Amino acid sequence: MSVLAALIRRDLLLALRQGTGAGTALGFFLTVMVLLPLGIGPDQALLQRIAPGALWIALLLSVLLSSDRIFQADYEDGSLELMTMGPAALEIVVTMKGLAHWLTTGLPLAIAAPLLGFLLNLDPALIGPLVVAMGLGSVALSLLASLGAAVTVGIRRGGLLVALLILPLYVPVVIFGVAASSGIGGLDIATPSLLILAAIALVALVTVPFAAAAALRAYMH
Amino acid sequence: MRIEKYANPARFLSLQKSVQPWLTGSAVVLIVVGLYLGLVVAPPDYQQGETVRIMFIHVPAAWTAMMTYTFMAACSIVAIVMRHPLADMAAKAAAPFGAVFAFLALATGSLWGKPMWGTWWVWDARLTSTFVLFLLYLGYIAVWQAIEEPSRAAAIARIVAIVGFINVPIIKFSVDWWHSLHQGESVFRMGGPTIYPTILWPLLVMGLGYTVMFAALEFSALRTEVLARRIRQMEIAEAQGS
Repeated sequence: MSVLAALIRRDLLLALRQGTGAGTALGFFLTVMVLLPLGIGPDQALLQRIAPGALWIALLLSVLLSSDRIFQADYEDGSLELMTMGPAALEIVVTMKGLAHWLTTGLPLAIAAPLLGFLLNLDPALIGPLVVAMGLGSVALSLLASLGAAVTVGIRRGGLLVALLILPLYVPVVIFGVAASSGIGGLDIATPSLLILAAIALVALVTVPFAAAAALRAYMH
Repeated sequence: MRIEKYANPARFLSLQKSVQPWLTGSAVVLIVVGLYLGLVVAPPDYQQGETVRIMFIHVPAAWTAMMTYTFMAACSIVAIVMRHPLADMAAKAAAPFGAVFAFLALATGSLWGKPMWGTWWVWDARLTSTFVLFLLYLGYIAVWQAIEEPSRAAAIARIVAIVGFINVPIIKFSVDWWHSLHQGESVFRMGGPTIYPTILWPLLVMGLGYTVMFAALEFSALRTEVLARRIRQMEIAEAQGS
């Protein structure tokens, strides 16, 4: 247990002290939310209609853009290699790093989403479902991002490749995430869409670590 | 015949040499017969008119696009489990064909959708998941191009192919799970096909034709892949020798 805590603590501290943590992600999230109404036009009714979807797209881009920090630096300076020799299996390391990424990106953004939603005239009744759906859905987003990061860790300028590989896998998360946070199926929080979203997050939690660890081993052998 | 026997690239090359003309020939014959049945013999549909003929291109393309991805995922699993030296090359060689089949299915579906549905494209489950399949093919091809060392590229590409396979059952069942503008399953379903035989037969012949065409292309591309690797090994040997 202390190993798991140490792994998460290390990533959180690094994110905090290198300034790559929640602050930067929030800043990016905010910027997208400011640019969007400027691009679409200030029609309040239209903005209200697209607000949940727009927040989801911004969340997804923030997660994707910050994915390279999950493994890149640790791979380059050799810490990842050391972690493979440590007491925890590489699959566990991968899971913890994915969760640390969620703690520094997905979770803060989900909490901040209602505030930014005001910029888009978000319906206040949707705040509850939106925060819950984003909090849950971003677990899947962070885990899939860690898979993308693992698959491209040894490739120079792998950013676009991560997007090409991982965005298709984000499609179901976005579909059910937006459905769960748009009040489709009533304002009840536990809608079928939210349950499917939770199922996707759980499946990602048990399958992604194995795939990502296999990819990291292919780069390190 | 044991498949392991053909793990040896040299044996595969001799097999390919003897099989290739038959595969190519039967693909041409099947597709010509299928097109004749579909474009000349089959009557126009009472609702869709002549546009129903697009189906003879569209449906087999969608079938083979899914089949090709399944083949790639199966090859990737074989590569992991059995260390079959040709499996990675077979998956790599299949990807561009799969991408073309997926694109063909999307493009012909769009051409058919405009007169029939009144729109080129709708974002429903079947269309979206097929589009995702096309993107997965592009991602898989990009992995092979981005990583220079072949053995490492193979290891990463296997993971990408296997993870992406989750999309294939989603495409297959998308018309059952969601309300879709795309029509439901009408050929491979419990209780038999719901299509009239004059349309069903050309469709099946074309489906077989596409499958054999894929096999012919795959054998030929795999031969190219084996030869390319041999050239690479010779170049390395030459560089080390001098």
